[in-house]
Order: sequence, then structure tokens, then C-alpha cells
Amino acid sequence: MSTVAPPVPAPPRRRKSTKLKRRQTRLAWFLLVPSLAVVAFVALYPLGKTIFQSFTDEEFLALNPVSWIGLENYKDLWNDTIFRDSIWTTLKFTVITVSFEFVLGLVIALIVNSSFKGRGVMRAVMLVPWAIPTVVAAQMWKSMLQSNGVISDAGVRLGILAQPHAWIADPSTALAAVCAVDIWKTTPFVALLLLAGLQVIPNDLYEASEVDGANPLQQFWKITLPLLWPAIFVTLIFRTLDALRVFDVFYVFFGNRLGTQSMAIYAQSTIVSDGYVGYGAAISMAIFLVIALFVVIYLSFQRVVTR
Amino acid sequence: MSTASEAAEPVVRPVSRSRVFWHSPLGRNVKRVPFYLLVIIVFVYALFPFAWALRCAFTPEGDLFSSPLQYIPSNPTLDNFKSAFQAEFFRKALLNSALVAGGVTLLSLAIGSLAAFALGRFRFRGRSLVMYLMLSMTMFPSIAILGALYTMISGFGIGFIEFPKIYDTLWALLFTYLIFTLPFTIWVLTSFMEALPGDLEEAAYVDGATPFQVFYKVLLPLLLPGLVTTGLLAFIAAWNEYLFALSFIQDPDKYTVPIAITSFVGESGSAFQQPWGTIMAATIIITVPLVALVLVFQRFILAGLTAGAVKG
Repeated sequence: MSTVAPPVPAPPRRRKSTKLKRRQTRLAWFLLVPSLAVVAFVALYPLGKTIFQSFTDEEFLALNPVSWIGLENYKDLWNDTIFRDSIWTTLKFTVITVSFEFVLGLVIALIVNSSFKGRGVMRAVMLVPWAIPTVVAAQMWKSMLQSNGVISDAGVRLGILAQPHAWIADPSTALAAVCAVDIWKTTPFVALLLLAGLQVIPNDLYEASEVDGANPLQQFWKITLPLLWPAIFVTLIFRTLDALRVFDVFYVFFGNRLGTQSMAIYAQSTIVSDGYVGYGAAISMAIFLVIALFVVIYLSFQRVVTR
Repeated sequence: MSTASEAAEPVVRPVSRSRVFWHSPLGRNVKRVPFYLLVIIVFVYALFPFAWALRCAFTPEGDLFSSPLQYIPSNPTLDNFKSAFQAEFFRKALLNSALVAGGVTLLSLAIGSLAAFALGRFRFRGRSLVMYLMLSMTMFPSIAILGALYTMISGFGIGFIEFPKIYDTLWALLFTYLIFTLPFTIWVLTSFMEALPGDLEEAAYVDGATPFQVFYKVLLPLLLPGLVTTGLLAFIAAWNEYLFALSFIQDPDKYTVPIAITSFVGESGSAFQQPWGTIMAATIIITVPLVALVLVFQRFILAGLTAGAVKG
């Protein structure tokens, strides 16, 4: 859901007497108190607590007192092959889904941006997969991906598959199966974001370039893509961050099945099923670092591109 | 459009036959065929899973995976819908989700609109700091604080403030869902606030209105579209949330919809024998109101989703 952009410029500074200004500042902070209190209480305090917990051996509902164990959790994590696998799985998932969603989303956005009959209907249709819960989408696809489900059946009938296939149970197709759900659910949403970006590109540019004899391909590379870049960037960064913390689809499809855990699945099962709050906190911090790393990569990439 | 060609001398060029064809009405439509084919593919791709869920919901449980697969149920039935509604936890989940999502939405709008008033209408020191804080909160991975929240809702104290145990209650969800609804609400409402014209407000100040009167008599009514948009998005996000609900709720009476939809068990009671007919019926029951909501408020939702996204 979070599709917000870097902050918009502040409203223009108005000339005010300093006394009024001071009063306004006080009022503004006063209005912000409830929000800041909530954010501090539900996000910042827990974040600090998680950092602290990651250096302890805290267990949920354990009788022995919590003790400080320093970097022990992180050392264990470094040698934890399950966690390493989960990072790898999540990275593969992220790369596959984000690239498919971006390319397909761009194609769909370009289609919807040209005027044709049924454009309004199409835009409404695109919102539907976005609106339904991921868990519901996952359940729909899970039934379709059974070995005796419709995808196997249609594949055999069309001669694409030799025999029915258990997409989710077979480890070699499991990742493709989760990716299919995510791509289906999220591509329309990516398309809508890119479409919004397309619609602010002034039409004159295309007309002028047509006069200059540019072909559609040149128009796409020289006009559409550069002007769409801000929307593309925001879309990609938000999709990537979302994909890195994927939980719902993996849980519905595999539960805690080994070899098909995302990072979030491993953290959740460590904390909730096993009750190892301290070790789970260390995993959470590692996830946090991976996500932060991606933000840094994206931001430096953005700086290179816009230069 | 083509002023340049009007000014130029008309040039007579030999015109190829294919060119004549592609510019004729028939040819122009033929040229559109691949385009419409693509449109149809997108439609089918987006809607097929729903169509299939509908098919499963109306197919008797025994015929669901019969071989060869029936693409259209030969003896359609409403039994699946009946058994979905017979499951008490599912009926309760609909109510629970409505309570939690509605509650957290109203709370976010109430607190968030005050913050948006401050951030959107005043300039003060620290404003951009708060904006960046809220932005980073909207990207905050909730998994990162799952453990801390897990211990917090089991009861804890900061100094003299004793926090009650709310594990396995709807309060736990109401409390934790604010993490993703509130910063988002503030962010989007602020962009709506900034878009409002300043004249009205200044006129009210000149007439001696207090800032609070300005807020709820002048700005709030103008902000109504923004409130609807943000409220819808927050509601949908809270309604769809899975991770916290799964981790903090155990009692089937307090399941939310996403938990309930994964909790149906077949008559054998085995987790491996999923009653797909019932599950798909439940899926349809959940999806229909959401789809209606989306279609009715399409414009509002699009405005909210793209708020800021195109400004770069």
C-alpha cells in the first residue's frame, strides 16, 4: 500500500511577524504530539527494544532471567545455513518478481495510456487484484496449482505439459509458483503507478517529435523513458522493499517448509513458533540491514542516473 | 496538427498499394488487431483466477478435481457457501476484521489529520525532519519489530506506566496496525492539505477564527476527498494484514479474515485435505464487497495510490 514519494516542497514562506511565527511553531508541534507519541510507542520504542533483545538470550515465557550475551546471536547467525538459504530465496524472489512486474507493468501502462474502447473498465479491472488480501490471492492460486488443478489440466490439454505437475510440492518449481502469485497480484498495481507517471508527460512533446520525424521507438527511448524515470524509480524502490519482506504468500504455500523460507518467514517462526525472541531479534536486524543495503544501492544508482 | 505540411508545396509521391490498404478503414482496424489481442490477454490474465474461484465455489466438493476437469460445473450447488457461513470462526472473522480495520482507520484519520494540518499548513523548524521520519516509517518492515511487539503486548512496564497484557485480543491488532496506517495516513493527508488553496483560510483568520476553528470548519470539509481516499487505503491495508494477526491471535473467535481463510479444515480433519470448495466460496464472499468498494471509489483510490508518486 505504501506508495509515497520523497517529501514535496514546503508551502511558500509567508511574511509573518516573529511572534506569530513562534506561536505557529508551538501550535504545529502541539498538533503533532499525538502522532509522534504513537510512532514513538509503536515503532521507535520496539525498534530500540529489538536492537537490545538481539544481544540477549531472551526466550518467550522462559523462566530463567534474560542475560546479555553480546554478539553471540550474530555469530550464530553468521553460520546459520537456514538463514543463508532464506536470504538467497528472498533475493531470487525479489529479482524475479520485480523485473517481471516492471516489464509487464510498463507494457500494460502503455496499452492503457493509449485511448481505446473499454479503457475505463480495464483500469477498474486492474485495481481488483491489488485490493484483495494477498492471503486470498495465494489461496486461489494454491488451488489452481495443485497437481490435479486447472493449470496442470490446461497445460496437458494444450500439449505444453507431458503430465500433471505438483507445482508447489516440487522444490524445483516452488519458487516459480510463489513468484506467479506475486506477479499476478502486483503487476496491475505497478502498471497503475507507471500510468500515473505517463499521464503527466505533455502530449506536445510527442507531436513535436513526430514533426521532426521520430519513430515510435525513438519516442519511447528519448521521451517516454527519461520523463517516466521518477515514477519508475519510486515504483521500483517500493516494490523491491515490499518483495524483500515477503511473508504472506510463502506462508500460505509452504508454511515453515525448509528450503522455501523467505527471511520474514524464518524470523517469524523463530520468534513465534520457537519462542527464541533474542535470536529472532538478531534475524530481524539482519533483515533490516539487507533492506537498508538495497535502499543505499537504489539511492546511489538514482544519483548516477540523474547526473 | 500539421501546420508544417500545409505550408509546404504539395508533393505528389507514388503511393504503394500496401500503404493504401493500411490507411483504409478496414486496414486501420486490422492494424489494431494485435493491440486488442494484447488487451484481451491482459483482461483474461487479471480475471481468470477469480473466474476459477467462482467455478470452484459453485462446484460440489466431490467434483472439484474430478478427471477430466469440468471447466463449468455440471451440477452447480450452493453447498460451499452454506458450509463457509456455517463455520463460526469465519462469521466472527468478518466482524473482527471490520472492527479492527474500521477502528484503526478512524483512529489514524483522527490523529493523522491533526498532524497533516501542522505539516501541510505551517512552516516550522523540524518540519522536514518529521516528514522524513514519517516517510521512513511507511517503508518500515514490520517484521523487524515483531519480536519486540510480541513481548510488549504480553504486558510490560516503562517506569511507572504499566502496559496491560493484550496478547490474543483484538486490541493487540488495533495497536500494532497503527505502525503502517498512521505514517501513511499522515503522508497522504499532508499532500492533500498542501494542495488546498490558502485564501479561504486567511479570510477566516482575518475574521478572527482560531486555528482550531479554521481546521474543522474550513479545512476539514475541503479535505473530505482526501479523508475518503486515505481511509479506504488504510482500511484495505488493515483488512488484508496477515503477519501480526497470525502471530498475535490464537483464539479462533478472534481470527481476522486472512487467518480464517487459511483455517478451514475438511471433514477428515486433516490439514492436508483442504476443502477447496468451501475455501473458494469464502474467498468469493470476501472478494465481492472489496471489489464493489474498489469499483465505487475507483477514482479516490487511484488518487491516493498515486499521490506523490508522480511528483518524484
